[in-house]
Amino acid sequence: MTDATMTVDHLVVDFSTGDGTVRAVRGISFSLAPQEVLGIVGESGSGKSVTALATMGLLAKNATVTGSITYAGREILGLKEKQLAKIRGIGIAMIFQDPMTSLNPVYTVGWQIAEAVQAHQDVDKNEAMAKAVALLQLVGIPNAERRVQDYPHEFSGGMRQRVVIAIAMANNPAVILADEPTTALDVTVQAQVLDSLKTALAETKASLLLITHDLGVIAGLADRVLVMYAGRPVEIGTVDQIFYRPAMPYTHGLLGSLPRLDSQGAERLRQIPGAPPSMVGEMKGCPFAPRCPMRADICDEQEPNLAPVDSQPLDSPADGSGSAGSALDEIDDAGHVAACHFAGDVARLPVASMFPDTSADHEGVAP
Amino acid sequence: MTETSDLSPRQQRLRRVSTSEVGMHTLPEAVPPAGSDDEARYGMAGDARGQLATVARRFIHSPMAVIGLCIFFGLAVAAILTEMFWTYSYTSITNTLNAPPSLAHPMGTNSIGGDVFAQAMHGTLQDIEIALVVAVLATFIGATVGAIAGFYRGGTDTALMRFVDLILVIPVLAILIVLAHIVAKQASNWLWLAIIIGAVSWTYVARLVRADFLSLRERDFVEASRALGASNRRIIVRHMLPNALGPIIVNATITVALSIVLESTLSYIGLGIQPPNVSLGLLVDQGQDSATTEWWLFVFPVVILVVLILSIFFIGDGLREALDPKKNRVRA
Amino acid sequence: MLAYILRRLVISIFVLFLATILVFLLVAESGDPLALLRANPKIPHRVILARENLLHLNDPLYERYWIWFSHAIHGDFGNTVAGQAVRPQLVSHLLVTLRMVILATLISIVLALAVGVYAALRQGKVADHVATVTNFLFLAAPVFVVGLLLKEFVAIPINEHLNRIVFYTNGEQSPTLSGSFFSRLPDYAAHTALPTITLILVSYSSWAIYQRASILETLDSDHVRLARSKGISPRRVLMRHVFRNALIPVTTVIALDFAAILGGALITEIVFGWQGLGIWFLNGVNGLDINITLAYLLVTATFVILFNLLADIIYAFLDPRIRYD
Repeated sequence: MTDATMTVDHLVVDFSTGDGTVRAVRGISFSLAPQEVLGIVGESGSGKSVTALATMGLLAKNATVTGSITYAGREILGLKEKQLAKIRGIGIAMIFQDPMTSLNPVYTVGWQIAEAVQAHQDVDKNEAMAKAVALLQLVGIPNAERRVQDYPHEFSGGMRQRVVIAIAMANNPAVILADEPTTALDVTVQAQVLDSLKTALAETKASLLLITHDLGVIAGLADRVLVMYAGRPVEIGTVDQIFYRPAMPYTHGLLGSLPRLDSQGAERLRQIPGAPPSMVGEMKGCPFAPRCPMRADICDEQEPNLAPVDSQPLDSPADGSGSAGSALDEIDDAGHVAACHFAGDVARLPVASMFPDTSADHEGVAP
Repeated sequence: MTETSDLSPRQQRLRRVSTSEVGMHTLPEAVPPAGSDDEARYGMAGDARGQLATVARRFIHSPMAVIGLCIFFGLAVAAILTEMFWTYSYTSITNTLNAPPSLAHPMGTNSIGGDVFAQAMHGTLQDIEIALVVAVLATFIGATVGAIAGFYRGGTDTALMRFVDLILVIPVLAILIVLAHIVAKQASNWLWLAIIIGAVSWTYVARLVRADFLSLRERDFVEASRALGASNRRIIVRHMLPNALGPIIVNATITVALSIVLESTLSYIGLGIQPPNVSLGLLVDQGQDSATTEWWLFVFPVVILVVLILSIFFIGDGLREALDPKKNRVRA
Repeated sequence: MLAYILRRLVISIFVLFLATILVFLLVAESGDPLALLRANPKIPHRVILARENLLHLNDPLYERYWIWFSHAIHGDFGNTVAGQAVRPQLVSHLLVTLRMVILATLISIVLALAVGVYAALRQGKVADHVATVTNFLFLAAPVFVVGLLLKEFVAIPINEHLNRIVFYTNGEQSPTLSGSFFSRLPDYAAHTALPTITLILVSYSSWAIYQRASILETLDSDHVRLARSKGISPRRVLMRHVFRNALIPVTTVIALDFAAILGGALITEIVFGWQGLGIWFLNGVNGLDINITLAYLLVTATFVILFNLLADIIYAFLDPRIRYD
């Protein structure tokens, strides 16, 4: 773990609001290796965006953050705004969720990129502007020389998000945090923005923390996946482990709500019943228990911790006679952890088979 | 700028700003599910009660708002009790002239032997009465005009809003002086005073409601009601108005405070409440020349007047905060 | 932009035209302006007849309005009930009022921005609470209360304590004042200080409250978070991103409040006995003097309209999203 670019350890974030203390993140730990892409998935309110903002020191004043965040071997949690400014942009950069509001409406796009360049590079205005043009070209904005003079409101949502990506890569950061970079965009432009993001990664050689609720985006970009539920990680593994051997019922549910090309025939999408728990106050037992088809008494008593997953079939230990293709059997359990009392059993179930079919006469919203 | 919007973009932005950015906010989650013409089926009543509880809880958590509420009701109750049980009435004339505060006269007496306490309390009651009438009147006219302008848009909207502009370019006080002068000639009744103040105070509510309606009418649940064949009247009253209620309530509170300011100012310059009736503004006017000598004639009415208005502003501010859906938002 | 300003101007003039008709009817229908004159047996009948002719009192209403209107657009506002030309009176009273209004408006804006920013940056701290309560206090206190308190409990004690007049509490200048402009200046200043302070205190407070909220809102905005995430200095974030953007909504509020400042000036003039536009107007209304009333109306409304246009132009400079077309 010493070669990790960034490490987050036992991060806890509470917000004090008029309605009580909201426990947004209840202990999350992960590390990000150089050039690694780590995806964080979960429903809205599961604490994934808060984790990213905490890393940048950008949370609102009513947030209390404890734990540890190290970047390049240095503790950055609790640093003063001035010291954080030296890391932001050049060490860790961020891409925000809503491109319609994240650019300053009163300055030109070129001005805003140049400002980022000049924050960490000793160049004059003209050089910074030239760099801005180059960055815009890189993220795929046509007529970049002319468009640097335009204001954000003269750009479409997808274009604005590319500008935000250009700002994030302006100083070749070691880590990029992308907080739902495509969620606010039309489906048709999501792919283009993801391409810009890939360009940014290739260009900067940065690690990426990709926060999304879109498993499709994860599948295309991530090396490892961290699934969050109710402020905690409930499963961590490689993309293959998560997609083919999910060991937590919640992950099963997420996969079941995703249309799959490899499913046979007219299989219906499945939904997770119920809603995530309130994040106000203490909770007892597994937070997913009320929605879980495998719930047992122990689930109401004890919140499971992350533990290594054993997904190998019980009866046929090593002969590799699984029903599915052989590729699936090559998925080992190295580094795969899940927070479920029955992780092993869950991992052996066929993917996404746990939850009932979504039927048309049933009104409900899958996450 | 389209033809229908008579306000400048800047003014429209003000409306946007004051409804969603800094100022007043709509009730959180007051939107019925799409397609619900029948609120009872979706338990709207229960939701509304839940919202009310949330708003009340947030209001109570704001110390200034609670202090304001206590002071306002304290003054109102004290004024009513004084009116009913106090030894002297505001018209009483005693033999004690120009006496400083004492047990018999807690706020002293004036040069003809009137009891200042009885007068100040009657003035307070008079001010509150006028202000409440103004607030009801202004809110009713303003919400109606705003709702019609925002719902029907087009020519109706333009005509109504041009009328609103008229009151915008001339100092309200100047309009009131002209109106009060005419009314004072006709009848020296406090109700008339309330009516003319109400007649110039509704424009802000109208602009507020209009802007809310312009955006509300594009919302799904309004479209759905229309598709289900609900009448315009029903859509306005049952669906759109409840969603604009938050800012209307806050504004009504502010109107109470502002109308006391206007009324006391008119009374101060002799165009408001006429003797023998009293209001706080009139008492300040009568006491100003002896402010440093018979200080009680001046200081008590001034303090009560300012505290009364201040308490209402605090209530309004507390309500605005309590109705603000962003208040307990978690950045995520 | 130019087309927009012209359009606004035309609309405003149209609104103003309607306002003059309305006020004309209100005042004309509310009584006989010569009633006092007629009640006085010493005034010969021909004087009253001459005055009636001068004021066109015996013509039908629409004709009287037309006479007023056709002269007013040429800058001739007719005669007062007392038989004097309105225009010179208007100009001299206007100059008196402007002495306090211009200064008070400028200082109020600066003070409001400063207090708003200061309170917002100290949010939740003692300084913020003190500033906010003070703001609310001046918001709640009617103009005449602030004026009277300053006069009775600040200016007069200071004058008595120092045994000389620092603040004049009555009139806009000493009646015997003469000499060159510069020699008159100290006397003007001593007369102007108190009313100006009054007007500042009642004007700045609502803007300061608004500016504070605007700054807090901007501090919490997505684009400021992005600016912070770039790694620019906190100082630069404040100056270039927070203050700059928070100015936009306040511009509108200040512009819309200009009419209220003129209303406040009216009361301030009464409290401090200034022979300004406000007292002139009030006496005009009391004397059922249509020409004075309408002249006041036209002048104040014109100032409000011009001030609003100025704000529109400033707004367009502050916010590139605005295109007036």
